[in-house]
Amino acid sequence: MAADLYSAKVRDSRAYLSLLLTPLQWIVDVPSRVAGEVSELVVDRRLLIKENTYLKAEALQLELKTQQNAALIQENDRLRALLKGAGRVQYDVGLVELIGVNPDPFQHQVIINQGSEQNVRLGQPVLDAGGIMGQVTELAHYTSRVMLITDARHALPVEINRNGFRSIALGKGQLDELELNYVPDTADVQVGDLVVTSGLAGRFPRGYPVAEIREVIRDPGQPFAKVIITPTALLDKSRHLLLVDMPLPLEEPAPVPDESATGVE
Amino acid sequence: MNKPSSGTGGGFIILATFLIGLMLSQIPLPHMFEWARPEWVALILIYWVMALPHRVGMGTAFFLGLLLDVIKGSVLGLNALSLTIIAFLTLLLHQRLRMFPLAQQALMVMVLVGINQLLFHWMQAITGYTGEALIFLLPSIISGLLWPWLFVVLRGVRRVFRIR
Repeated sequence: MAADLYSAKVRDSRAYLSLLLTPLQWIVDVPSRVAGEVSELVVDRRLLIKENTYLKAEALQLELKTQQNAALIQENDRLRALLKGAGRVQYDVGLVELIGVNPDPFQHQVIINQGSEQNVRLGQPVLDAGGIMGQVTELAHYTSRVMLITDARHALPVEINRNGFRSIALGKGQLDELELNYVPDTADVQVGDLVVTSGLAGRFPRGYPVAEIREVIRDPGQPFAKVIITPTALLDKSRHLLLVDMPLPLEEPAPVPDESATGVE
Repeated sequence: MNKPSSGTGGGFIILATFLIGLMLSQIPLPHMFEWARPEWVALILIYWVMALPHRVGMGTAFFLGLLLDVIKGSVLGLNALSLTIIAFLTLLLHQRLRMFPLAQQALMVMVLVGINQLLFHWMQAITGYTGEALIFLLPSIISGLLWPWLFVVLRGVRRVFRIR
């Protein structure tokens, strides 16, 4: 046990053990997969038409938004260039599928269908349509384990979209809530504010929605306000997830160019 | 027991029951039932150790525990240790357990699985997981309630395939 906690070699053997279990995980996933396919087969025609029109309308709206977005991105880039700031980077995303959840209710982890053979890396952020879901914490060859942001051991650097107030969203071990840490009593925090990633630790891309503020409890006896937030991602429902391909700070320590090193001396 | 132990057969059947147990222990459940998930692997292990103590023992328990650790994402060896201890206790108790009526067996199984849960969660807590209240003991009660049915099914399996 101690060996697993402290050595990397045991991690490899763990990956091989999970390789052994991968077929089991696939089999366990089969019923829900089949159920999904059957319900796709027997779906009502009218329902499909209805859904189709709805989706078309939504696609139109989204397109409208992206049109504005393109102009906004351009404008933003120009302004950043004026301020001599670095441009914002767009990251590639890959679609992955959820094939299992951790049976231990104390841990909020899900298992996805890609692993180190598909170039998934440790620490990669995972999103769904609603926002940030979590990050990859364990790799096997064909599967990997994603710790959700609601896990009691997870913390996520965030900011409030409205005013840029920074905080840390701590998981509490409950699927429908997180807590903002160290929010002063006087901070401008309102119910309904959107909380987005601040990208400060370099682990998560900046500006993706995380949660909405549900409740602010200001107790005069406490130094900090208690802020409860509700994740916008459908943590227990999403099946198709997005894996963001961004350079990780852990993996690539900033290379120190020789010139600057000698320059300092 | 005049045949060699490899000839008494059923190794595959035993393995299959354990595989089914491993599958059942990771089947997705609705969120509210997750706390009540029976400890399938421990139950099946207790049965086989009780019925065939000369074939299934602490080594099997250890390996199963490793697999369970990978499934649960816990530190490698936690479940291995707790299942090994369960297997050891069952080995000590197996002659008495066989004599007990089903209800009394179920009670003993409840205690055994409870010990398993306690050990697992204590060790989890040491390695940094926080648990809440005593709800982690709920699976032991469910497992105990499930034991009579599981016992009958597995005994049927053992008799049909003549595993000795």
